[in-house]
Amino acid sequence: MEKIHFYHALKVVEEVCIGCTHCMNVCPTSAIRVKNGIANINKNACVDCGECLKACPVNAIFVEQDDFTKIFNYKQRVALLPTVLLGQFPDEIKEEQIYAVIKELGFTHVYEVDETADILTDVTKNYMHKNYQNRPFISSFCPAIVRLIQVKFPALVDHIIHLKPVIDISALFYRKKLMDEGFQREEIGIFYVTPCAAKIAAVKSPVGTEEMLIDGVINMDFIYNKVLLSIKQNKEKAKEVPLKRHLSRRMIGWTLTNGEASQYSGRCLAIDEIHNVIEVLEKLENEVISDVDFLELRACDHSCAGGVLATENRFLAIERLRKRAAYHHKNRPEILKEREIEKYRSYLLDNISIKNIEPRSIVSLDTDMMVAMGKMKKINRIMRVLPGIDCGACGAPRCQALAEDIVQGKAKMTQCVFLQKMLVKEELISPQESFDISEKTWGKERFEKKNIKGK
Amino acid sequence: MEFRFEIEGGNFSKAGTASSEVKKILKQLNVDPKIIKRTVVSLYEAEVNVVAHAYEGEMNVEIIPDKVSVTIQDKGPGIPDIDQAMQEGYSTATPKVREMGFGAGMGLPNIKKNSDQLNISSKVNVGTIVEIVNYLK
Ligand SMILES: Nc1ncnc2c1ncn2[C@@H]1O[C@H](COP(=O)(O)OP(=O)(O)O)[C@@H](O)[C@H]1O
Ligand SMILES: [Mg+2]
Repeated sequence: MEKIHFYHALKVVEEVCIGCTHCMNVCPTSAIRVKNGIANINKNACVDCGECLKACPVNAIFVEQDDFTKIFNYKQRVALLPTVLLGQFPDEIKEEQIYAVIKELGFTHVYEVDETADILTDVTKNYMHKNYQNRPFISSFCPAIVRLIQVKFPALVDHIIHLKPVIDISALFYRKKLMDEGFQREEIGIFYVTPCAAKIAAVKSPVGTEEMLIDGVINMDFIYNKVLLSIKQNKEKAKEVPLKRHLSRRMIGWTLTNGEASQYSGRCLAIDEIHNVIEVLEKLENEVISDVDFLELRACDHSCAGGVLATENRFLAIERLRKRAAYHHKNRPEILKEREIEKYRSYLLDNISIKNIEPRSIVSLDTDMMVAMGKMKKINRIMRVLPGIDCGACGAPRCQALAEDIVQGKAKMTQCVFLQKMLVKEELISPQESFDISEKTWGKERFEKKNIKGK
Repeated sequence: MEFRFEIEGGNFSKAGTASSEVKKILKQLNVDPKIIKRTVVSLYEAEVNVVAHAYEGEMNVEIIPDKVSVTIQDKGPGIPDIDQAMQEGYSTATPKVREMGFGAGMGLPNIKKNSDQLNISSKVNVGTIVEIVNYLK
């Protein structure tokens, strides 16, 4: 069960981490423990939602991206932009300027990722009609949610729509298009500019497919800084890149909350923010929610506008995107090669399915039910002696988590500071032993720095 | 292993808490998701029946290696004619309860469908005992 390794984009910088437990306490899958004064992320449990990064007070958690120069390994360098990117910039900055800077950075082609949303919508309608028995359908849009379901709600994996998310469909489309223009497959490098960590994880270890459709990932904040820097230094004045194509209002709305749910008939719900999503998935699992047709579930508050790599306030970004959508809608910009994608429809349809989405539960205590039962009994016994206040001082987020860790052989009873005090009082361990245990959890430095008796 | 949960009559906001707890336990025990689903659906219906039709009750869960057996026992009006109550669509629910989305008369038939053994005994004006057994393999 624990053999496969999953790529995660969220990394802890050990030198910077102060082991403060903020991240540990907000992690929705309890994937974090503090050991030796440093946060440790359990790879099997992490879903790359980025809650830890948002909670970190010292910026010790970052999103690992590809080295930018990697783009130059390819002759044709495609930047695939998330729709929310344009919402990051002040109104005075024109799309043409942004595109120009991205080309300046070295890309030969710049495309928006939601270009293929219409095709996916059509196919999804068909899929839901054909697989009616798998209702309610859960969108595969947000990779953090797909992973969350795999690890925490394994019974629901079959409800996930087994179709590629737009990002993959767009990657297929643009690669094929360039190949039809005469370029070799290896000459084409497709780089996704990501607003979140989960999309990187999905690119590096895709779920339900072996194909690597995207060659690299660049963090959205990196592009943001480059664009602003370049415009502020007034470099781009002369050569704006004329835009051939604008996303439709519907496609712009696609990444925002209710972008998908509004496309389908029947009872469709749009839920954003991971804790809200967990609440709904619990209900779904209990079959308390019935009669729902489609669920759009996204890990970030206000969907991708709230991604961890978004720089602009999400409300402002959304307002700008809506303005942009309305503007293009009203002024009907010249749209060249509008239906170019139609030529590729059948190709995309042939490649749009994904295979099995494997459940990989982190909830079960053991694969053997008897063993699991024994462990559960032990946990319940341990819970009777733990204080139950979830202080986190043991390096686990809750007493329950510590009890589980103990039973799984990953922690010791004595890590609990309450028990330590009792054991010292009963003279079962010495004060020095108690101190040593705390040092193991919090790291030596944490204690060295303090001088409680004053100067 | 044994677990006990209280069920409060008339409190619809808490209906489902006990069956949800049982679900968590079965997930930790690595029980087949399909069996978990069946069990939780039947427990949920029985729990809601206590909330909707009785005054107070409790759910006692016993998990032994090959099966989970659950007793849902309540103090309440009891069921005068169990065979009739078992019929699909039969319900004595008040319009008010129906407005809340309960009382379609499908609860008991659903329990029957989702359990391996079902036994109901009831005494009018005393209470009802629902026993559900599901095999875990
Ligand atoms: N615990 C109970 N106490 C008293 N009456 C009950 C109980 N459970 C079920 N009943 C009776 O059986 C009927 C059918 O139950 P059920 O099939 O669950 O339908 P519903 O709850 O929707 O009415 C109920 O309307 C009620 O009259
Ligand atoms: Mg009922």
